[in-house]
Amino acid sequence: MSEILKQFKIQATKVASDLRHRALIQTALGKYEVQRDRRKAAFQSWEEARQVAAETKWEAMQSLDQHLISFVSKLEARGTHVHWASNGIQARDIILNIIREKKARCIIKSKAMTAEEIHLNEAMEKEGYEVVESDLGEFIVQLRKEAPYHIVFPAMHLTRDEISDLFHRELGSAQTSDPEELTMIARRALRKKYITADIGITGANFAIAETGMVSITENEGNARLTAALPKTMISLLGIEKVLPRMADLALFLPMLATAGAGQPITCYNSLYGGPRRPGEVDGPEEYHVVLLDNRRTELLADAEQRDALHCIRCGACLNVCPIYRNVGGHTYGTTYSGPIGSVITPHLRGLQDWKHLSSASSLCGACTETCPVKINLHHHLLHNRRNAAVQNPNRLEQLAFRIFGRVMNSLATYRVMRTAARWLHPLHGLVKGGPLDPARAWTKTRELAPVAPKTFREQWKNRT
Amino acid sequence: MSEREKILGRIREALKNPAPKPGSHGSADHNHDPNHSHAHGTTTPISTTRTAAANARTWLPPVPETAEGQLALFTTHSADLKTDFQLLPSTDALASALKNLATELGWKRVATHRGLLTTPATEALGLPLLQAEAGYDVNAMEGCDAGVTECDALVAQTGSVVLTSRSGGGRALSVLPPHHVVLARRSQLLRDLPDAFALLQEKYGQDYPSFMTLITGPSRTGDIERILVLGAHGPKKLTILCAEY
Repeated sequence: MSEILKQFKIQATKVASDLRHRALIQTALGKYEVQRDRRKAAFQSWEEARQVAAETKWEAMQSLDQHLISFVSKLEARGTHVHWASNGIQARDIILNIIREKKARCIIKSKAMTAEEIHLNEAMEKEGYEVVESDLGEFIVQLRKEAPYHIVFPAMHLTRDEISDLFHRELGSAQTSDPEELTMIARRALRKKYITADIGITGANFAIAETGMVSITENEGNARLTAALPKTMISLLGIEKVLPRMADLALFLPMLATAGAGQPITCYNSLYGGPRRPGEVDGPEEYHVVLLDNRRTELLADAEQRDALHCIRCGACLNVCPIYRNVGGHTYGTTYSGPIGSVITPHLRGLQDWKHLSSASSLCGACTETCPVKINLHHHLLHNRRNAAVQNPNRLEQLAFRIFGRVMNSLATYRVMRTAARWLHPLHGLVKGGPLDPARAWTKTRELAPVAPKTFREQWKNRT
Repeated sequence: MSEREKILGRIREALKNPAPKPGSHGSADHNHDPNHSHAHGTTTPISTTRTAAANARTWLPPVPETAEGQLALFTTHSADLKTDFQLLPSTDALASALKNLATELGWKRVATHRGLLTTPATEALGLPLLQAEAGYDVNAMEGCDAGVTECDALVAQTGSVVLTSRSGGGRALSVLPPHHVVLARRSQLLRDLPDAFALLQEKYGQDYPSFMTLITGPSRTGDIERILVLGAHGPKKLTILCAEY
């Protein structure tokens, strides 16, 4: 068993039986569900909106090269520096070079999952730069030296008391159990940082091909401050963020907010098209956009799973996933957790190392049902399982299925096995769930269904 | 070869393999239009015929047809969002309403930008003013009690304010001070989001400002136990003073 898989199993077992964790997640997501359902109901047709959103992203992918060229040329025409990075190392180098060139010391960051993906903070800190996460949830997990627990709610796994302890320890603030008070502590701590930071780094929600603009969605205002005050602004985004037209936002912004947080629309939806322009009073002198591939083109080449690139990172599939809710976000050991993480991580980081995530699923389909852009998530979990088996076949499993096939294809052997099963089933009780039980992975926590005393054919024959 | 060409090359190579259209989770061939020349290494041309926004009105949350209904919807949204929305009889009344706010909240210093609505209203306050155009000091703006701006439009469907670096005095004025006050006219109230983006396109399409935003309520967070707190990093309060004529 690989180390990654071993860790996953240990963590999953631990978190699944942690009642405190369960209560916290149930409360947080319970509130989310109520809000989300209310907002969905406000749409005249949520289902049609989903279909159009899916088609729009499909259209964006169909001519991704042309959309990117349009996006980049419009940005460059307004004086933006656009950089292309094939992988995380290149993206980190590009950003570190900008920081060095600007002789920057302090960097303020707003939330960017792509930055998590390429371990940007570690790279900057290793070079001795001060990096401050400005999103409240990200700020909290950064103080804890932890990865975000959820792609939308990074600190969902923490209680206010834990956050109060953390602030007390790290920032020297007085203890409080008032969320508002805690938010104000972070606000005060970060205000100074916006003003002194030399560089602001953001992610992006959408890249508008038609107008060459980076669309950033947020509730707190931290990304707006990050984009307003430092002299240099950098946006890091995956190449799949493209939307063909600005007007598409009229659909995507409310859908993202509804699916992601149960809001009608997020508090700030901003479009950035370049550095400060002549006649404008503020904004960065330099704007850099870093486009990241990092194996997204490999996923693009897989036509069957290409729609996984439609993801708008709303986190809705995490929220409804029974596995995510039981094992928690950190157990995955990935940047992107939940169903979407299980689908794309094998593409981004290697199928054999991450195939277990596709098996950690009940295949209930709640993810596919909730996805605002209709990604065929639970089928992709099956596709990953199939691809993993084709690439690296399990001989024992193959043999088992071959025998099963034989038995089921011959009436004579089937009858023998049926009779044997009836006799052997009670004996299974002696070893059930123990080390001698060949099916212990299943039977440790579950009962085997009893073998029917009479088959349907037998009952039919003896009908009165 | 540059990274740009390498990435674009990989994209073109990947797209030779067509993907099924969404909603038809079946075979790729099923939806593949044979007239499209994927096999020859070019991708589908960007279509301009069907836009999501053109029909978005039929799926998005409904908006009343009448101006009265739209105003009522904006008012309801404002209440939900904790936006202080005040409808005033005339532009002259904007100044007195702003003055009331200043007195009530004990403002000492106000940041603003020059404009047809902002200049008369802020000058009437008799308070020290920080003009964004004058090349402001960030600490000084941070120390102001309020940022008073104009806007491009209001959106009935969502209770949003449409603002750009041109209409709203730059990027920081509407987000750095703890209280954002928007001065608007009722004629600026738009029906919905498709109208809002159409307006931006029409007004700025030739030369877009570097920053455009939709502001919907005061800054907020739910990052601690999903409990709503206003004023995370941006303004704790948002007031919209809207003149009827």
